[in-house]
Amino acid sequence: MQFSLGPVQYFWPKPQMMQFYRDAADSNVDIVYLGETVCSKRRELKFDDYFALAQMLRESGKQVCLSSMVLYEAPSELRELRKYVDNGEFLVEANDVGAISMLQERGLPFVAGAAINCYNQHTLRRLQSMGMMRWVMPVELSASWLDELLAQSIVADIRDCFTTEVFGFGHLPLAWSGRCFTARSENRSKDQCELCCINYPHGRQVKSQDGTDVFVINGIQTQSGYRYNLINQLGNMGANVDIVRLSPEAEGTFDWLAKFQANITGQAPQLLGSTDSNGYWLNLAGMATG
Amino acid sequence: MELLCPAGSMPALKAAIEHGADAVYIGLRDDTNARHFAGLNFDDATLKDAARYVHQHGKKLHVAINTFAHPANFQRWQYAVDSAVQAGADVLILADIAVLAYAAERYPKVELHLSVQASATNAAAIDFYRQFGIKRVVLPRVLSMQQVRALARSCDINLEVFAFGSLCIMAEGRCYLSSYMTGQSPNTAGACSPAAFVEWQDNQGILESRLNGILIDRFAPNETAGYPTLCKGRFKVDDELYHALEEPTSLNTLDLLPQLHAEGICSLKIEGRQRSPAYVAQITKVWRAAIDAVLATPAQFAVKPQWQHTLSGLAEGSQTTLGAYHRKWK
Repeated sequence: MQFSLGPVQYFWPKPQMMQFYRDAADSNVDIVYLGETVCSKRRELKFDDYFALAQMLRESGKQVCLSSMVLYEAPSELRELRKYVDNGEFLVEANDVGAISMLQERGLPFVAGAAINCYNQHTLRRLQSMGMMRWVMPVELSASWLDELLAQSIVADIRDCFTTEVFGFGHLPLAWSGRCFTARSENRSKDQCELCCINYPHGRQVKSQDGTDVFVINGIQTQSGYRYNLINQLGNMGANVDIVRLSPEAEGTFDWLAKFQANITGQAPQLLGSTDSNGYWLNLAGMATG
Repeated sequence: MELLCPAGSMPALKAAIEHGADAVYIGLRDDTNARHFAGLNFDDATLKDAARYVHQHGKKLHVAINTFAHPANFQRWQYAVDSAVQAGADVLILADIAVLAYAAERYPKVELHLSVQASATNAAAIDFYRQFGIKRVVLPRVLSMQQVRALARSCDINLEVFAFGSLCIMAEGRCYLSSYMTGQSPNTAGACSPAAFVEWQDNQGILESRLNGILIDRFAPNETAGYPTLCKGRFKVDDELYHALEEPTSLNTLDLLPQLHAEGICSLKIEGRQRSPAYVAQITKVWRAAIDAVLATPAQFAVKPQWQHTLSGLAEGSQTTLGAYHRKWK
């Protein structure tokens, strides 16, 4: 089993990002995804900065993948996507089929990210034939869905042609909107957002009126209110999961990476906190804990 | 410019046709479509009746098969495609790559439209789906009018937009909020915030709405209590209590009609297969009149106050919005 660091979903100041990736380079993580996946207005790091970080990480022995955005709306955003596609050196994670279209056109291999709607063997098989070499399962799916899907002969026959990855730690990316919820929370319009996401390195917590953490708002993205945490499921994942993804949190990501790596076979389980969840994996509501 | 109306039952379908719909869209009575609600939709027999009725009136029938097929039950989605085609549907509205591929290969002559659930918001995504021979793209409700215009001018494919009805504020087909709270999502189960998880409780005069036990909103006696769609509740961010994601309101694009017409948008979709025949009749009547007015004299088009009055009365929370089409909403 390998571990990956997903792209940073929040808008962190450049020094924090640089420090995070220096720590990533020094860590035992196998794969690092990087790039802006949420909002094209976030430009603390530009494409060239990500590219330089990708080279640095590769020199530190990491497999590197550039993650592209989920929601492309403007032609200018597609031009930025083209830079990712044409980077010439690194694998690209497609999070919108528009990226797959461009990658396929150039005959490039790609990672199908969790926001690509691949729910069954026939879709998976098609994506593989288009160049997909790694599949990140949609976050709302369970272990049993994964097992059932991979057991179908149409994909079982080509199982050595792709690897599988599961989102295993962090706040789940659950929705993307035309509206910016962080700007709205500060009574600003999206056009006048003043990049206020930078003030919320963990996003903004949204609570129900009786105090349950329901969501986290992160710009145009809505995340789970609870932190997803599959650390205690690692031992049972088996051969259907090749890679487990940890999504960077503002604090403690590398401590958790070490805990995950220590518990691959289940010998060092952790007590989950009251705001951790693992429901999706166990075929429950996502916010539930089983 | 087509007026495409929803129907969850034969009476609603008849109401739509009688009041001026050019086409009606329906779904089958299972989880192959995104309005999988109890008591709603069409079985094999009523599907045939629907096609017959619509065709007798010279109109078109679209069948939505727009959820994502499950690994062990792909046959259910194949069967849905087969039944719709055999019943005589003019159009299939599809979202799953696997279902698109099946329909395109098995029935190359049947017209395929890309469902809003496929979440194609840009020209590159539309290009991706061209390999399945789609003739039309239903645009997600996250785009601004400016972005719709840019797509209309840069893509040589027919575009359909949502004109009126419940407002989904997230990129459709990529929203997992409902399964996060209930285990069931539009993608996997064909329903958002499913009714089976809804609870109402009167707490000393304050009405509380919950979804799978999570408090979505509280209503004072003088407030209208709306259905607890999870993105339309009142939540707290720090100490501020407000509709953190969206107010309970309906999308209404009447004001944009001349612009949509000018950009060559080929179809206006009315949301609401879960609505009553009376609702469908009233909405259809207003939009028929509005579209006829814009087609007759686009430059002189003016929204009639009685149209807005009727639509506001039918809207969620009696409020309407231009949603993402209007930049300020964002």
